[in-house]
Amino acid sequence: MNFLPLWRYQNQLIDGAIVTLELTVIAALAGLLIGIAGAVALKGRITPLRWLVRGYIELFRNTPSLIQIFIVFFVLPSFGLKLPAFEAAAVALSLYFGAYSVEIIRAGLDSVPKNQIEAGQCLGLSGWQVFRHILLPPALRNAYPAVTSQFVLLLLGTSLASQVAADELFHVAGFIESRTYRSFEVYAVICVVYFAMAMSFKALFAIIGLAAFRWPRRR
Amino acid sequence: MRSFTLIDFVSLFAALRWTVALVVLALAFGAPLALALATGRISRFAGLRWTMAACIQVIQSVPLLGLLFFFYFGMPMFLGIQVPALVAVTVAYTLYTAAFLGEIWRGGLEAVKQAQWEAGACLGLSAWQQFRHIIAPQALRLSLPPTVGFLVQLIKGTSLASILGFVELARAGQVVSAATFQPLLTYALVAAIYFALCLPLTLWSRSLEARLDGPR
Repeated sequence: MNFLPLWRYQNQLIDGAIVTLELTVIAALAGLLIGIAGAVALKGRITPLRWLVRGYIELFRNTPSLIQIFIVFFVLPSFGLKLPAFEAAAVALSLYFGAYSVEIIRAGLDSVPKNQIEAGQCLGLSGWQVFRHILLPPALRNAYPAVTSQFVLLLLGTSLASQVAADELFHVAGFIESRTYRSFEVYAVICVVYFAMAMSFKALFAIIGLAAFRWPRRR
Repeated sequence: MRSFTLIDFVSLFAALRWTVALVVLALAFGAPLALALATGRISRFAGLRWTMAACIQVIQSVPLLGLLFFFYFGMPMFLGIQVPALVAVTVAYTLYTAAFLGEIWRGGLEAVKQAQWEAGACLGLSAWQQFRHIIAPQALRLSLPPTVGFLVQLIKGTSLASILGFVELARAGQVVSAATFQPLLTYALVAAIYFALCLPLTLWSRSLEARLDGPR
């Protein structure tokens, strides 16, 4: 076991980690937008739209992320939509994360008891005020832990983008491996880097959660 | 280049047995380990609790792909002998399963009220009897829906074994796609097979959740 040959590749490792973070943040933001739009559609009155969103959720939650990335990268070009590796992975991961976000956000909205909304209406609040002051804060608090743990799973899941040669961290690992033939050492280091990133995000989210959702849970 | 024929169709389904085999192996070895982790996490001994928590945390904070490569290249290095790919892959999936199921089952065990243990003690049951006859059945009821949900996660996760060259469903899809130049048909079919495998489990998990969500 010899980790020394890896030392000179630290810049590539840092670049790979940055691409991984970019991919994660892009997919998370796009996925959350999909999640919000999907949750609104699920609560809405347009039945075909509800079916469409339900179909989207089931399709993307019950097939492997790897196959979704393959389909975006290898199949969409035959429809004239040719995406580079990073963009293809970003699209596939956004759709994957979005399917989970819809369910999380819907569950968060559903967790607020209906009589609280009615109480707000009785106090003469407008529809927007009810949403902003009564529905949103507890819904956000209830959805927060699920969103953050899904975010960490997304961070780890971006490693699959290496399979279409998007140059994120895991792909960098393959590159270093091919140069040094130190297979085990490379992947051990990569695991440590992912571990460090995942733990940092967990700590960050825990601190944000403590600061943002401080109000008491029960009277 | 050749066209997509029945033989390609059959080869996808033939590869499916390795997907199933990986899932069965992961559960067979992972579930007992998960039970050990879950009970360790609610142990009276703080040292044991912390150790188990740390193990789970480490495995859950590393990509499954990283875990697979780590053991694929690492096991020959630590053991000093060549191990078949299946063994290395099984070890990785076992640890993955144990970490996630362990956390799910710990949640189930902790959701059963402390008073239930005490009631068992008052009836003169030993600690094992309390666990076996009072706590475990209730915890099982609570944790069954997420356990089935994790099963879906595991089935999808076995697709990563393809990256190590293990010919299961996803890998068979790559091979057929490369041979026939029909990525659309092949990957749609592969996705459909995974979907047909996972959707019933998802629906089952949801119906269990609705059915078993009784009073605690």
